Amino acid sequence: MELILEGIGHEYGTLSVLDGIGLKLGAGEIVALIGPSGCGKSTLLGIIGGLLRPARGRVAISGAVPPDSLNPFTFVFQDFALLPWRTVAGNVALALEHHAISPAERRERVEAALHRIGLGEFRDAYPKQLSGGMRQRVGIARALVVRPAILLMDEPLSALDAQSRELLMEEFLALWLGERVAAVYVTHNLAEALRLADRIVVLSRRPGRIKAIVPVTIPQRERLRPSAQAELAPLYDQLWEGIKAEAQVADREVIDA
Amino acid sequence: MPSEQILPADAAPRSIAFRGGGFTLRPRPWASWIAFAAVLALWQVAVGTRLVDPVFLPSPFSILLALQHLIVTGELWGDLAASLSRIGGGWAIGTVTGLAAGLGMGLFSPARAVGVPVISALFPIPKIALLPLLILWLGIGETPKVATIALGVFFPTAIATMSGIDGVSLSLVRMGQSFGLPFGDIVRKIVLPGALPSILAGFRISTATALLLVVAAEMIGAQRGIGAFVTTTGNLMQTDQLMAGVVVLSILGLLIGALLGVLERWLLRWR
Repeated sequence: MELILEGIGHEYGTLSVLDGIGLKLGAGEIVALIGPSGCGKSTLLGIIGGLLRPARGRVAISGAVPPDSLNPFTFVFQDFALLPWRTVAGNVALALEHHAISPAERRERVEAALHRIGLGEFRDAYPKQLSGGMRQRVGIARALVVRPAILLMDEPLSALDAQSRELLMEEFLALWLGERVAAVYVTHNLAEALRLADRIVVLSRRPGRIKAIVPVTIPQRERLRPSAQAELAPLYDQLWEGIKAEAQVADREVIDA
Repeated sequence: MPSEQILPADAAPRSIAFRGGGFTLRPRPWASWIAFAAVLALWQVAVGTRLVDPVFLPSPFSILLALQHLIVTGELWGDLAASLSRIGGGWAIGTVTGLAAGLGMGLFSPARAVGVPVISALFPIPKIALLPLLILWLGIGETPKVATIALGVFFPTAIATMSGIDGVSLSLVRMGQSFGLPFGDIVRKIVLPGALPSILAGFRISTATALLLVVAAEMIGAQRGIGAFVTTTGNLMQTDQLMAGVVVLSILGLLIGALLGVLERWLLRWR
């Protein structure tokens, strides 16, 4: 299944946030979306996931949706979006309860997702009893349990401390490389983008337009090697140069929306 | 020039002054019991020494005796049952309709647009003032009393439900939508549980209102009920019996509060 974005534009009132976004995402491809704050990254993700209606353009897919996928476009949220009154297992089960699956199979799938992400012993805990990293693992388990075709990740690590972020990023990669689920990964963290993405899409300041698409050709498994790090460093500088000036302007802006 | 030389050569190290502490209240579990007992003792002594006329303020002990008499003779149960059935009926009707109205105003824009001004206009009316009108409409008997309580319960329940729904994070609703949950599932699994703390807080207000209204309604026109009992004994200057009735009402209020506390702890155990 391929994802195609055609001429997407959006505004909130008179504030134009996105303009002329066109992009293709191949099966199993991980694209990072970076850009200064307020450039419409999260808006674009909401449009792709069908939570926001774009003012212009359209989101399309070509090719068959994987037959076993219960929810092809699946979000992982920045604030985790867990139901505080449900246990870990209950939160994961929420994604399945309205589908025609037997309770026994539902339980089995939930358990499998929890174990895959190392949450087995936390199944009966409530979200407030868990660390931020563990909460986001619940968010990821809930996303995986519906077998998504494309994961839509809205700064999934930005609410976490630096150490949890590192740990979770490596777990993401292991899962991804195992399953090859495609992903659109919104972040403002260049290092995350360079660690995870096959391609990095750089958006300009508001209204967000695609400024550059930077492929990262080194396979993800090899990116931590010193030789790869040496190769990625200039790429980091190049990306940072590209957004620095705009980030500075965005930083000093007063929003009257 | 190194900074140490600014200090006098003979300066010995001194401790810094502590300036934190305070502003944190600690539990003093015995204090309330001691104060309570002291007040009762003082009261008993004041009446016992005829400092206070027992006709106007009977002693705690004589109130206790009157209460015992009411229980033993079974006089209490008839009045209590009458009051409880009015509270039960009125509270149930007011709660069911209030929840429905609050849910409607919380979820649907037209219901909100119509409902909020109507409720804001009617909420401040002291519901007991409507009892004479309700008697005209519904006849004498139980119905107007139950209707008054139902009206008093309806408004706080509707408002608590609506504001509880307003407080549910929109991002949780969007999460539900992003997983393809149907509307009914979003209401049942996300909106209502999210509004539950506010709804239960509304129950505390609505039960207190129901208790207040049942007494007031019974004082105006009833043969039986704790409110009628308190009025009758007052007219007969039987102040010990009157006070026993008041004690029963306080115990009733405390019991309802405790019951709600248990319900809250069980339903909101995730907090």
